[in-house]
Amino acid sequence: MNISCPAPQRSTSTIEMAHGGGGAMTARLIERVFAPYFKNPILDKRHDGAILPACDARLAFSTDTFVVNPLFFPGGNIGDLAVNGTVNDLLCCGATPRYLSAGFVIEEGTDIEMLEAIAKTMAEAAREAEVEIVTGDTKVVERGRCDGVYINTSGVGILPPDIDLGPDNLKPDDVIMITGSIANHGMAVMSKREGLDFESPITSDTASLGDITHALLSVAPGLRVLRDPTRGGLSSTLNELAEASCVDIEIDEQSIPIRVATASACDLLGLDPLYVANEGIMIAVVPPDEAETALAAIRRSAHGSDAAIIGRVLARSATPEVWLKLPFGNRRLIEMMSGEQLPRIC
Amino acid sequence: MTASNRQYDMEDIMTRAATYRDADAMRGVLRRIHDAVTRQWNIMEVCGGQTFTLSRYRLEELLPEKITMIHGPGCPVCVTPVETIDRAIDIAMHPDVTFCSFGDMLRVPGSEAALLQAKARGADVQILYSPLEALKMAIDRPDRQIVFFAIGFETTAPIYALLAQKAVGMGIGNFSLLTSLFTVPAAVEAIKLDDQCRVDALLAAGHVCAITGTAEYESLSRELGIPIVITGFEPVDMLYGISKAVDALESSRIGVVNAYGRAVRAEGNRAAKKSIDEVFEHYDARWRGIGVIKHSGLTLRRKFEHLDATRRFKFSHTSSHECNGCIAAKIMKGLSLPADCPHFATDCTPQSPVGAPMVSSEGVCAAHYKYNRFQP
Repeated sequence: MNISCPAPQRSTSTIEMAHGGGGAMTARLIERVFAPYFKNPILDKRHDGAILPACDARLAFSTDTFVVNPLFFPGGNIGDLAVNGTVNDLLCCGATPRYLSAGFVIEEGTDIEMLEAIAKTMAEAAREAEVEIVTGDTKVVERGRCDGVYINTSGVGILPPDIDLGPDNLKPDDVIMITGSIANHGMAVMSKREGLDFESPITSDTASLGDITHALLSVAPGLRVLRDPTRGGLSSTLNELAEASCVDIEIDEQSIPIRVATASACDLLGLDPLYVANEGIMIAVVPPDEAETALAAIRRSAHGSDAAIIGRVLARSATPEVWLKLPFGNRRLIEMMSGEQLPRIC
Repeated sequence: MTASNRQYDMEDIMTRAATYRDADAMRGVLRRIHDAVTRQWNIMEVCGGQTFTLSRYRLEELLPEKITMIHGPGCPVCVTPVETIDRAIDIAMHPDVTFCSFGDMLRVPGSEAALLQAKARGADVQILYSPLEALKMAIDRPDRQIVFFAIGFETTAPIYALLAQKAVGMGIGNFSLLTSLFTVPAAVEAIKLDDQCRVDALLAAGHVCAITGTAEYESLSRELGIPIVITGFEPVDMLYGISKAVDALESSRIGVVNAYGRAVRAEGNRAAKKSIDEVFEHYDARWRGIGVIKHSGLTLRRKFEHLDATRRFKFSHTSSHECNGCIAAKIMKGLSLPADCPHFATDCTPQSPVGAPMVSSEGVCAAHYKYNRFQP
């Protein structure tokens, strides 16, 4: 005789609403998916909050929320993106990133193995960046209420006493450099989203850039500012810098590093690479006498081999503008991105 | 059928593209233009893609002062009438409709709103790169009505024809097209025949001619008494087209010159033309900012009219109206510049366009706003 239980079987392969209910299933989810990967003494205390050692130094504090679609793309997934994004924001402040929080909004029906893969990538990215994920939260929302998984990360980092980086520090004649080739992240995500199949795949540049900022801070004491040109791309970030410092900026189109495959994909989809998102490069501005040393230091770093000097700061200006020098020597204005960058058609 | 079947050799594409963006090559052609020109000439580029290249590379300031470029009506986003935008929004708001469109169309203002606002209000609006994805969506989602916003010229018409043929062949019942399709020669003729028009030569859009061939333009050239140069889209292509136009003007030659031989054959693309002809017929279309032009549009033939979204969905909107004071028509006829418009860069910007030419990056006002504003 065959006896079967009439109660519905508990599925454990996908997220259910009860996983966010705060009860036993939430605890099991955390045990299975997050705790093994994020393991560290502060998190392991399972307090309501993380207890961090106090220090006399200034702290940098930053937060960012990640809603990328698709969740997995060539070169990374939402997990390493979420860690690297906040780490890089702290690095741009000149800080040494130390602790992160991670908040998850998970859609009912999400595959738990996929969630585990994301957690694993986050742990690897955190290890690489030498930060610890010390507190976290998970919530589950009904199917259709979010796009798989959203992640918020916040982070604190410790600031050395003599560091003063800021977007308002730019001075005439300063040199503008970029630590890597542009538009790779945005185009990797776009090509995956649109199902475009490129012979040489475009991979996201997502990475934490501690090695680069560390090298720069040690060889270029006059470093004015570090900025990661994420959403809105290079153009928007340069405009923000010009605006904050009340200066004009000129960059040279031909000196901006961009990979052939990425440039072609931009062409094909009608997108301007200057406005496409990056996740593993920074803009660094230094005084002219430190430019060569700074560039050499960046290029020696793991993610800095494509680094290049792309332009300079012109005079102070009440109406700050960013100019792009064209191959002919004539130039045109580049502006902040307006709205979402929509593809052109024919 | 989906985009994922396409594979691209990026190195190859870029190497070839670089040839046509080469500064030395541009310099060589420019020299020829400067040497050849003796009089004032007005040359119209028809296509929005060409307007974009002119602005993107700031080619106009490299040309001799005697040459004035007039930016023609060849941006499909810009000439789609307000009524059609209103209708698109109306259809998109149906709860069982997934409305698919190219990205640029989402920001084009209708009488009250644009598709972007409809999307924010809950309409299911999807941005697609390939119209064929819409057909796949219709197969995958039989519970939804999939509507594709089929805008464009002779270049995009063949793919819509293919879509219609496939939808009929496969018996797909939940797919329809909202069409806004135009043909270039009829519009050019109408503009040129306008008493005020001062176009001396025409650069025809290379991609359109790759489909249609050159025969239509031969007769158009004779009829209008102006040279027509079939021109590509890269900066070297553009300058080469201008150079050929200047040569023809200076020696008083009319007729068609093919300056885009690597893509355009005299007979065009026969298969594409056949598809267009099977699915569409000409009608008197309304162009935004210009008005009705005889035989200048393509609409679905009777055999395919059940795929016409305007027949499938009732239209509740009653009166469509364009913004007062937008001078798009004058600009497209070469009578005014974007900067002459009181709205330009004041209340009409790419962030919140008042007139359609401010929407698409190929629209003349958007191109001027982005690349030519504040120039000394």
